[in-house]
Amino acid sequence: MTTIFGIPLAALFGQLLIGLINGSFYALLSLGLAVIFGLLRVINFAHGAQYMLGAFVAYLLLQYIGIGYWPALIVAPLIVGAFGALVERFLLSRLYNLDPLYGLLFTFGMALAIEGTFRYFYGASGQPYAPPALLTGGTNLGFMFLPNYRGWVVVVSLIVCIGTWLLIEKTKIGSYLRAATENSTLVQSFGINVPMLLTLTYGLGAALAAFAGVLAAPIYQVSPLMGSNIIIVVFAVVVVGGMGSIMGAIITGYVLGVAEGLTKVFYPEASNIVVFVIMAIVLLLRPAGLFGRDG
Amino acid sequence: MTHAAQPSPVAEPVRNTKNAATVQIAFLLAGTLLLALAPLFFYPIFLMKILCFALFAFAFNLLLGYTGLLSFGHATFFGGAAYFTAHAVKEWGLPVELGILVGVAGAAVLGLIMGFFAIRRQGIYFAMITLALSQMFFFFCLQAGFTHGEDGIQSVPRGHLLGFIDLNSSTNMYYFVLAVFVIGIVVIWRFINSPFGMILKSIRENEQRAISLGYSVARYKLGAFVMSAALAGLAGAMKALVFQFATLTDVAWQMSGEVILMTLLGGIGTLIGPIFGAGLVVTLQNYLATSDFPVTIITGVVFMVCVLVFRRGIIGEFYASRLGRRLGFQHRR
Amino acid sequence: MKPFLEIADLHAWYGESHVLHGVDMTVGEGEMVTILGRNGVGKTTTLRTIIGILRERRGRIVLGGKDMMDVPLHRTAHHGIGFVPEERGIFSTLTVEENLMLPPVVASGGMSLDEIFELFPNLHERRSSPGTKLSGGEQQMLAMARILRTGVRVLLLDEPTEGLAPVIVQRIGEVLKKLKERGMTVLLVEQNFRFASKIADRFYLMDHGQIVGTFPVAELPDQMGMLNKVLGV
Repeated sequence: MTTIFGIPLAALFGQLLIGLINGSFYALLSLGLAVIFGLLRVINFAHGAQYMLGAFVAYLLLQYIGIGYWPALIVAPLIVGAFGALVERFLLSRLYNLDPLYGLLFTFGMALAIEGTFRYFYGASGQPYAPPALLTGGTNLGFMFLPNYRGWVVVVSLIVCIGTWLLIEKTKIGSYLRAATENSTLVQSFGINVPMLLTLTYGLGAALAAFAGVLAAPIYQVSPLMGSNIIIVVFAVVVVGGMGSIMGAIITGYVLGVAEGLTKVFYPEASNIVVFVIMAIVLLLRPAGLFGRDG
Repeated sequence: MTHAAQPSPVAEPVRNTKNAATVQIAFLLAGTLLLALAPLFFYPIFLMKILCFALFAFAFNLLLGYTGLLSFGHATFFGGAAYFTAHAVKEWGLPVELGILVGVAGAAVLGLIMGFFAIRRQGIYFAMITLALSQMFFFFCLQAGFTHGEDGIQSVPRGHLLGFIDLNSSTNMYYFVLAVFVIGIVVIWRFINSPFGMILKSIRENEQRAISLGYSVARYKLGAFVMSAALAGLAGAMKALVFQFATLTDVAWQMSGEVILMTLLGGIGTLIGPIFGAGLVVTLQNYLATSDFPVTIITGVVFMVCVLVFRRGIIGEFYASRLGRRLGFQHRR
Repeated sequence: MKPFLEIADLHAWYGESHVLHGVDMTVGEGEMVTILGRNGVGKTTTLRTIIGILRERRGRIVLGGKDMMDVPLHRTAHHGIGFVPEERGIFSTLTVEENLMLPPVVASGGMSLDEIFELFPNLHERRSSPGTKLSGGEQQMLAMARILRTGVRVLLLDEPTEGLAPVIVQRIGEVLKKLKERGMTVLLVEQNFRFASKIADRFYLMDHGQIVGTFPVAELPDQMGMLNKVLGV
């Protein structure tokens, strides 16, 4: 059995894979947060709850309507995105001319209400959700055994992250978003419906979170607590990466996920706080964040 | 990014005219009298819970309302002090007074550390950093030996105040808590009106100008942060003695959210708002504890409603009402 | 759509500060009208209030017979009015081409891309650069070009020549002449009153948030005395 630093190679790669998977979720979620924050200047505390909603919608679709994983990957984000768009249109938009902390407090309240509702019906325990038949089992890569579903998660989240980046940086509607982020009133004076753009952006962010939730369902179980557990770590990720850049958010997510995975191998007790420790270090050395362009 | 209108600052405490100051002192004296008589009508434990959380909210309001910093990690100071005091009194056998001091000092140190990192960023980032660091402390408490993890520290002895007043008597304990509460309020009041407090106010109103005048803004913010942490620690230490246990709930992020809600409900930046907010939330929690209804949902909904239509809070709305204005209070829009 | 602009008793506020005190002006179809005045009298504010960026306003704004006061900001351009701000507003996270194509076409009759690149050849050359990598003069060209593409018939121009070299200023003058030939209605704010005198049909003089005088270009020589007093030239 080959070892590195006394750790068996298979175990090391196994943890690295877990780190990559966590990193995939961190990347997807901090991407959504960055997209929303960039245009709306709101920290969407409800992002974790929307992630949890995605997983639960997939679960409920399967339980009650028999809609399986593959359709749920599209349907759940659509439902949660639509719900998010409605909240933005009728409630959140009233807070834009106030201190941005009010947006944080409002979405915090929303997160509590959503999580509380699901805790009421499902308690704190998790519901199981089986991975789709196509992706069960695993592949032997020689140096490690790769569960197929987990490999899929890493690949598809990478595709979605890059796809979102392309949407924002290289398309016409992306140019509307980037311009409105810089100067929303001028863009409106051109005749572009920025209020609608804000609604769609929030919906997109929520949909991204929900998509991550569906991906997570077969791995982490579907629990009302899954959102709040992960959102605080994601906040630390965006502090490290800075929210000025989409690509920065993505890269930071993956890097921190892998860092967490590696810590689990070499120093397991610290694994659930290593992201926070890195955040503290980055704050000392580069307060604006690694990719930060804003204060 | 340009917005059509200027965002109104979260922290713009109500400025009072001279007349209003007199009315405020009258309120405070009347309030103290009412609180002294309250055990005749309400359960002492219920009242003590309100006083502890009110002090917690006052400490938090010092940071948010007067300094303009939103911390999402105040549970660390409240719960941390609860743990320190509980441990000091139970395991080290320290007398009550020293136990409380240990709690407050511990909270101040935690405040210094958290503040040191958080002050490096502004606004939203500041809030997120405090949340993340607070979560780090939560995980530490989860795993550390002295906290006994999920069980928490139980059966914390109350001991004897000054060596002879038996605090196991609810009445004695209540008046002790009330005395500490009043001392805490006075400390905050003096702090706000001190030169340090005045500088904080000018920083909040125009940070750039304060910097250009040569003030080390970061140092002042840190000072306010540590002060707020220490007082929140005082509240937590008292809470540990009142209920005679310290648990993970006290250091969880939900507790940080609770104190924000109390302050928001009572009125951010008002002097007496927090006790009303704390009173309301504690009463609500007590009322719901017996029913099946989940408190989190109500908390969440109240948060959303408050932010949308009730930003001034109870006391803030009072200041803005006709009676409030006639009494001489000014309010923010 | 008659691009005929009528402003009556226009008041505007920045928060508590009352900045426009009842501005009256009219701009006929195809006219080029210039607002003159010292710094801080409310010229830029007037333009921003007309286009609707400044919403704390009261009075009448009628464009081609349509009352514009209740039109939301993002619908204003669709009534045929465009705005080129003083700071130009070129977006740094967009390329020159993306900046150019950003404002949607709201009416027929706008310049085609070919026409735009003929008028502003630099923009074609630098089309993949980030917008703010352009020189000041080029950014001004871009800011004007992107509005000209949209087909608006009324143009609000805020200090187009500010801070630009004389040769660029001349270029802008040529562009404005061409626009006039095409029948564009222009409301121009200019400090460079010599530049304005060469292209404008009519002048409004502004002081302390109000119009204090108006005269056609023909009367300019007679008005020099008053201009010296009000503008301090």
